[in-house]
Amino acid sequence: MNVQMTIPEAGPRVATAPLLDIAGLRVAYRGLAGWTQVVRGVDLSLAPGRTLVLLGESGSGKSVTLRAIPGLLREEGARVEGHVRVGGQDVTTLPPAELLKLRGGRVGFIFQEPMTALDPVFRIGDQIAETIVQHRGVSWRAAMATARELFDLVQIPSAERRLKAYPNELSGGLRQRAMIAMAMSCEPELLLADEPTTALDATVQIQVLLLLREIQRERGTAMVFVTHDLGVAAEIADEVAVMYAGRIVERGGAEQVLLYPRHPYTRALTNCVVQGSYRDQRLGELSGAPPDVSRLPPGCSFAPRCPARAEDCLRHEPDFRSLAPGHDAACLHPSGPSADPSSRPGVPAGSPKGH
Amino acid sequence: MLLYVVRRLLYAVPIALGVTLVVFSLVHIAPGDPISALLPNEATEEMLQQARKEFGLDRPLPVQYAIWLGHAAVGNLGVSIGSGRPVADEVAAAVVNTVILAVSAGLLSCLLGFVLGMVAGLRRDGLIDHLVNLFTISGVSLPHYWLAILLVIVFSVNLSWLPPLGVGPDTSDGWRPDWAHLRHLILPTLATAAIPMAVIARTMRAGVVDVLDQDFIGTLRAKGLPPRRILWHVVRNALPTTLAVMGLQLGNMLGGSVLVETVFAWPGTGFLLASAIFQRDLPLLQGTMLVLAMFFVFLNLIVDLVQSATDPRIRRS
Repeated sequence: MNVQMTIPEAGPRVATAPLLDIAGLRVAYRGLAGWTQVVRGVDLSLAPGRTLVLLGESGSGKSVTLRAIPGLLREEGARVEGHVRVGGQDVTTLPPAELLKLRGGRVGFIFQEPMTALDPVFRIGDQIAETIVQHRGVSWRAAMATARELFDLVQIPSAERRLKAYPNELSGGLRQRAMIAMAMSCEPELLLADEPTTALDATVQIQVLLLLREIQRERGTAMVFVTHDLGVAAEIADEVAVMYAGRIVERGGAEQVLLYPRHPYTRALTNCVVQGSYRDQRLGELSGAPPDVSRLPPGCSFAPRCPARAEDCLRHEPDFRSLAPGHDAACLHPSGPSADPSSRPGVPAGSPKGH
Repeated sequence: MLLYVVRRLLYAVPIALGVTLVVFSLVHIAPGDPISALLPNEATEEMLQQARKEFGLDRPLPVQYAIWLGHAAVGNLGVSIGSGRPVADEVAAAVVNTVILAVSAGLLSCLLGFVLGMVAGLRRDGLIDHLVNLFTISGVSLPHYWLAILLVIVFSVNLSWLPPLGVGPDTSDGWRPDWAHLRHLILPTLATAAIPMAVIARTMRAGVVDVLDQDFIGTLRAKGLPPRRILWHVVRNALPTTLAVMGLQLGNMLGGSVLVETVFAWPGTGFLLASAIFQRDLPLLQGTMLVLAMFFVFLNLIVDLVQSATDPRIRRS
């Protein structure tokens, strides 16, 4: 049984081919000491309209994986192997002209830091309009009118005035809303978000997150959302993939991964979250630091920090094994209770957003 | 924006006044008596006193300053001790010649500097970048008077292609852009443009490299903009700094180069300044310096205004 089928709103789309399909993605950057492999074989797929959260620490390769989707690594001089297909088109072999149509057209991108991600010497409205003109070939006037509507969509008040403002004249929250408007301007099928709320104040964070979820649901846009924040992941994810040292170590439905994690790394992460009932208690912690991806140990890359390490972990790099339908972990000795719905009555299957 | 213009104009007033004070003081602090240079050695003390009185040099300095400032304000810069002609006329004639040279060298250095800097920045660490780098390092390192002499040796003495001296035939209706005059302009233009061109190219290159490293370039790519549209964003971001440097370089050129104008006997302000110093021609020296200093105040004003029109962040601060 496919876990996606248990979620009613995704029902009609399940039969369609995946919108995003990443197979054997490997990315290396040239450093002073030769090539460093920062993504070491990532497989992912995402159906239309669904939200996947890529969860991981800094340096786990989650942002690089995200930037590989619209082929942005080409300009960065990275070495990319494997395939990234968006709606059947292979981004890694797409001719430049086709790639330009894909970017901003079928795939929207939201960056982490809205201050530096917007051009400081262009008006916000012009930056949105130029995207629309580029992809739709409409007049500048028509594009500005669309930008005006987009500002209503992302709930920016005094839209006329804000369209004429420069990025430095807006608050962080408004800038990120403008960024979302820009990413949504050509009605993409796939929205990519690289920690879009991390640079914002806590109260603004939740507003922007809710807005993003609302727009994405309303328009049926699929989304890949990168974050290191478990709370954010729980808020927005249908599916979660946890990355460690350039690989995915656990993936599955949001509830499966976040509530019933099986990989020791995911378990350690979820233990670090403060919950109301745990106040004044010592938090779980994860000793050690993420490994240097240029000098990985043999065997499982998490083994040196793993509390459940066995002797064979240091010899074999584990493959994915299925733990429950739609729930996999790359671990030789997965622990913790299973997320199999039949074994835990009383918890509704599917969405983790009910709590 | 209008408020910024008004404020910036008001700032220019005390700056201009300060400049007049400095010009006046410098000339009067400098050692040497202009009158003793003017009169023959055997002149009596009485004759010297008489001459000082004539030129107003016997009054207290603050009074001299006030009188000079009052006259300067209405365009009367006094009479040249050396030639006996009004300083204003002498300076005006020299300014015209310097402006001709500055415009010609300015156009060359701005255009070439902008293009070379942009290409080098876009092709960072490529062959073109290294070539431009070599070219611009030579440009800022070579003394311009040395370059001027070298140009004269090669193109005038050895090849006999271009004239080494002067502005060209002295026709009744002044300087005209015909070949007879333009051929005199070529060598001084090259010598004058070398350093500014190199400075502008280096500024533009640094600006382009800096902009290409910024996060928003990633956004522009992720929006699917074609390379030429991204280039437009790069240029618009690198432009304010480059414009400021262009303005200052143009200001330098408008000030006239004492050395280059002397090598080519180009009768501009630099040449005039040099002869005023050698002849201890106080009114001429003061007048020339004042006009040049005012040029700079005015130019900085223009640069600031243009910069604020191209960069919204400046208006706010």
